[in-house]
Amino acid sequence: MSGLTDKTIAELRDGFRSGEFTAVEIAEGFNEAVAASDRLNAYVEKTPELALEAARAADAAKASGDLKPLSGIPIGMKDLFATEGVLTSAGSKMLANFKPPYESTVSGNLKAAGAGMLGKLNMDEFAMGSSNETCAHGNVISPWRREGSNAALTPGGSSGGSAAAVAAGIAPGATGTDTGGSIRQPAAFTGICGIKPTYGRCSRWGIVSFASSLDQAGPMAKTVRDCAIMLGAMAGFDPKDSTSIDAPIPDWEAGLSSDLKGKRVGVPKEYRIDGVPGEIQKLWDQGLEWLRDAGAEPVEISLPHTKYALPTYYIIAPAEASSNLARYDGVRYGLREMVEGGGLHDMYKATRADGFGAEVKRRIMIGTYVLSAGFYDAYFTKAQKVRALIKEDFRKAFETCDLILTPTAPSAAFGLGEKMSDPLAMYLNDVFAVPASLAGLPAMSVPGGLDDAGLPLGLHLIGKEMDEQTVLNAGLAIEERAPKIDMPEKWW
Amino acid sequence: MSVTLDDVRHIANLARIAMSDEEAAKLLPELNNILGWVEQLGEVDTDGVEPLATVVDMAMRLREDEVTDGNCRDAVLSNAPDAEHGFFAVPKVIE
Repeated sequence: MSGLTDKTIAELRDGFRSGEFTAVEIAEGFNEAVAASDRLNAYVEKTPELALEAARAADAAKASGDLKPLSGIPIGMKDLFATEGVLTSAGSKMLANFKPPYESTVSGNLKAAGAGMLGKLNMDEFAMGSSNETCAHGNVISPWRREGSNAALTPGGSSGGSAAAVAAGIAPGATGTDTGGSIRQPAAFTGICGIKPTYGRCSRWGIVSFASSLDQAGPMAKTVRDCAIMLGAMAGFDPKDSTSIDAPIPDWEAGLSSDLKGKRVGVPKEYRIDGVPGEIQKLWDQGLEWLRDAGAEPVEISLPHTKYALPTYYIIAPAEASSNLARYDGVRYGLREMVEGGGLHDMYKATRADGFGAEVKRRIMIGTYVLSAGFYDAYFTKAQKVRALIKEDFRKAFETCDLILTPTAPSAAFGLGEKMSDPLAMYLNDVFAVPASLAGLPAMSVPGGLDDAGLPLGLHLIGKEMDEQTVLNAGLAIEERAPKIDMPEKWW
Repeated sequence: MSVTLDDVRHIANLARIAMSDEEAAKLLPELNNILGWVEQLGEVDTDGVEPLATVVDMAMRLREDEVTDGNCRDAVLSNAPDAEHGFFAVPKVIE
């Protein structure tokens, strides 16, 4: 059935429930679209039979009046979530053949809510990258192209497969993870929505670890409402994650309202940084106008330690990564490389030399250095202190505002290969996204419009701890006012 | 503060990553670039600031000391590159 793959999750759910189409028809439509999408390289593993199995269960549940929140909805799963019996490679050669004997809490929650799985989505290796070019499976290509050009663009990263899949209509929604912008930047690059909830809302259990004090799962979908629906199914207390927040999950979808009367929206003066294109600045001003039109009152705020957020992140994240990735030792799972006549240590070294890509090695090396004897306090402890100041900046700012508006990324999607030679230039992609990660705050990207080349730009909303609802509501207010973005025509 | 080629070899050894001289030489300027950039944190006055280890302000939870998982040896070993007699197998450690 054609046309189904253009629909939002809410439209699919409602159409399925009203009998307009069956869950099997939805799953078949998406399975077909996924099968014809190889040029995008978004899926590293396709699981059409799992999507169909859940669809048959959904059709049966409808007949017996036993529907669940996501019955009938197939989704794409970032390849960072452990999925029982299904390849979970984290975009790495290290885990090229890894099939977990268990299910991550978030993917399990989605399945328990009735969702089917279309497959596993490509990503930067171990979620370390902003362009999808560090994947061991080769990079994802964005379905978007600049007007009048066939040059291949990045979908952003690290959740680039998820972003490309939603924009291309080969998944109505997808899971992402965000350590320093990995949901929000690719959402902005592909004209879709993505929300990173408050740290601790979604269980990290079964998500391949990158930087544990920052990693957080979230949904990526075409609309704010779809994000609210998916996040409601993904989030929840999990005793298996010691940083999981034991608090009730609000019905975010039911709470959606674009009336922002009484809300104060903060505009941080420190986010007006040099070198950001004029059209990004223009969109930011326009976004503020839209929020004002929805009833919000703009206020200028100050986040004085903003310029130190990225360097803080690039100490803390690699440090935690170097510790987390020590588990890849060639013993219990993953790749093993033996050295002729060598012992255990040679095996460790050869395995890790062969299994990790260049960016992952670079970050492990940085992390190992900043944690090593003699440098720990100067780098790591120092960064943790600055992180405390960054969190304090937000606490103070939220005394005078209820949410914060910024651009999501300092540019639109760039061409593949354009930034790979300069790690620092690549890191700057997340300049607006990283502070909220360091503070553990909920943050969302929603599409604001297109740039002069016809590429999507995103607006970024940061909320108070646990206040995803205000973030979603402000997102909805922007969505209702921003020019509607037509997803790219199929060329792949 | 900048690192030397010997430092790079030392860090690679700590991280248990085999590295050729050529790779180490390529990494050297990259690491120094990144380390030079993060050193701007030195400008920030952090006297008396407690380091932030987690953004979640909560006490560690305790649970009953009871078995909640287990009896799944074969599943645990199912992804092992080498397993023998119900154990992970590794190259010889003791000469």
